[in-house]
Amino acid sequence: MTALLEIEGLTKAYPGVVANDDVSFAIQPGEVHALLGENGAGKSTLVKMIYGLVKPDRGAMRLNGAAYAPAEPRAARGAGVAMVFQHFSLFEALSVAENVALGMETPPKPRDLARQIREVSETYGLPLDPDRMVGDLSAGERQRVEIIRCLLQDPKLLIMDEPTSVLTPQEVEILFHTLRKLSAEGTAILYISHKLEEIRALCDAATILRLGKKVGECTPREVTAAHMAELMVGKSLSAPARDASKPGEVLLHVAGLSVTPASPFGTPLREVALEVRAGEVLGIGGVAGNGQDELLAALSGETLVAPGAITLKGAPVGALGPNARRALGLLCAPEERLGHAAAPDMSLTENAVLTARIRKGLDRSGFVDWGKAKGFAEEIIARFDVRTPGPGVAARALSGGNLQKYVIGREILQAPTVLVVNQPTWGVDASAAAAIRQALLDLAQGGAAVIVISQDLDELLEISDRFCALNEGRLSAPRPARGLTMEQIGLMLGGAHDMHEVVA
Amino acid sequence: MIIDPVTLIVALITVATPVLLAAIGELVVEKSGVLNLGVEGMMIMGAVCGFIAAHESGSPTLAFVAGMAGGAALSVIFAVLTQLLMANQVASGLALTLFGLGLAALLGVGYPGQPIPDVAKPLPEAIREIEVIGPILFSHDLVTYLAIALVVAVWLVLTRTRAGLILRAVGESHDAAHALGYKVVRIRFLAILFGGACAGLGGAFLSVIRVENWVEGMTAGAGWIALALVVFASWKPWRVLLGAWLFGGIAALQLRLQAAEVGVPVALLDASPYLVTIVVLVVISSDRRRASMNAPAALGRIFHASS
Repeated sequence: MTALLEIEGLTKAYPGVVANDDVSFAIQPGEVHALLGENGAGKSTLVKMIYGLVKPDRGAMRLNGAAYAPAEPRAARGAGVAMVFQHFSLFEALSVAENVALGMETPPKPRDLARQIREVSETYGLPLDPDRMVGDLSAGERQRVEIIRCLLQDPKLLIMDEPTSVLTPQEVEILFHTLRKLSAEGTAILYISHKLEEIRALCDAATILRLGKKVGECTPREVTAAHMAELMVGKSLSAPARDASKPGEVLLHVAGLSVTPASPFGTPLREVALEVRAGEVLGIGGVAGNGQDELLAALSGETLVAPGAITLKGAPVGALGPNARRALGLLCAPEERLGHAAAPDMSLTENAVLTARIRKGLDRSGFVDWGKAKGFAEEIIARFDVRTPGPGVAARALSGGNLQKYVIGREILQAPTVLVVNQPTWGVDASAAAAIRQALLDLAQGGAAVIVISQDLDELLEISDRFCALNEGRLSAPRPARGLTMEQIGLMLGGAHDMHEVVA
Repeated sequence: MIIDPVTLIVALITVATPVLLAAIGELVVEKSGVLNLGVEGMMIMGAVCGFIAAHESGSPTLAFVAGMAGGAALSVIFAVLTQLLMANQVASGLALTLFGLGLAALLGVGYPGQPIPDVAKPLPEAIREIEVIGPILFSHDLVTYLAIALVVAVWLVLTRTRAGLILRAVGESHDAAHALGYKVVRIRFLAILFGGACAGLGGAFLSVIRVENWVEGMTAGAGWIALALVVFASWKPWRVLLGAWLFGGIAALQLRLQAAEVGVPVALLDASPYLVTIVVLVVISSDRRRASMNAPAALGRIFHASS
């Protein structure tokens, strides 16, 4: 049997970094092939070369035995290669049908297209209304738009870049069902992920990349997740550890918190209630776009609410702004690192001043004490192992993981009473993620209350004492995290958002 | 003195034409995600180029072509700066307006008061002299009809064709459009050129038909009104037409009120079209959700094809 796609010695260098160094592997027809690696391992660059978005410096590709060198995505699509992106390549203000049409070479008439969308979505159990505006869809539904857009072109190879990072467990199951069906029909799938259990459940073969080089291949079903993780990271990882302790007094109390969103595509918060105690980590799970950003904004003080809706150690803080809340000990680290948690073009020292000015006393009568600020930035860099030349570097220049360590470290070193973090390890490599989780646990150990909002359910189960789910702006009642199964969590997250399997 | 509604309507359509042309061009530019604040500069370039061509060649057709070329040429500078050199769009647009005003003044030295040919009306006199509807519907210049046809064409292209869909997609999210393989820079470059040509034609209409003279700074803020109209219209072509006529109506009315010596200060009447524009803008944008629903999401953002 000839391979569907053969890749030989692909190399791509950017100034200062070799993204792919002599990578070779082959994908068979109908195979689900995993591409594994940490952030920055070169997975994205590799698939962009296959999809024609990036031109390789060296190396060759063969599709069905014929030379294959797509100059642009159009050529790749023409050759039967389709791609579902990690950050969705969708247009929020356009309808589902318009979005699908934009991804096709020769779209049919709007009416025929709508009919085709319905047909494909029924065949593969991905219900979707062609006339709806994409901005109104959930993350899972948006992914369906992307998948259907690909399927309408009858691809021979479907590339999926981290498809499950935004899905509930049930939605993941249904996605896998769709992918297996496709693979059974002869479509090969190149599946990029760093979730090892998923890869073991789904994939027939795996290629592992580290720092741009291929470091191994394996059959995922036959090896352990730990083995693959070691290949990926190059060393073994230790799980975060903590001593058991009794939770103390209630530090943060939220009751009847309702917020209307500021943006047209936001989610309103509905009667959110929660409390966290000293020494406790409260995990809030949920698929993106269910009110996480709004909840963080309400807790941080970016959105003001009724004074009594949020109380810190019994004192009403709902009507106070971020600085007043910081002064009282309620600190937050938002999800978006560049532009929200940190100002991209300002130095690390300046960024330290932005949130730590009050609690660390970094200013005196209106003047910034730069010496002290630099000292504080250096302390964060040293304590949290931030890899950077120094505190004068712009935040933008740091890699995602390093900046995240800096941002979280900045809040932790201010000794918060309550710390709220949103997606603390999103897009962060495994070792940095482990360090961040350990730091959050240590903080709770020291008597602070920690709220972790995350989509990574494994992470939440690992570090939370109690778990609750945010679904369409409503927060479920908390349950002890220990002993929760993925299925129970899936139900708490609101099930599969009207996804259903097709009766075969 | 009584104001005759028929002549008022005829006047408002004429007054509205240059603004309408510039605004429909800018609408296309903004739909592609580019904010070009240089409309005023491109209009005045169109005005001076059109007038010079009319005087030197004696051909109105050449005058309008020259006006479009003048506006488009200036917009090329903006396109190169913002699309190829990644310059800030707001600063480049403002600079373009200042540069256009200065360059037009330089080119136009010696031309004020020069004779230019009359532009013939396209429709026969018999139709034009029908009571009421003759003047209102049939007495206009070819460019005025063209401008209205352009609104229809832009509406059709944006809502009904694939080219329009791609243009809107680029303005909605250039990263997503790029990922799908659309040439973001090329599409925006062409949109900017179209916007420049439209503004230039509007300027030429002003100098060759409406005023029949070249005066330094003669656009007098029409370009800014055109920019405001696009927001006023929440990026919808038909509302641009409506807004242009509303503005034209107020401008035409205030002239007549001045002539009728109404007891209101002239300065206030002069300012009234601009005041009304501001009031309407405030009212429109007070509904933040609706305003941001229609605005192209990538408007004014710089596109780096980094990946």
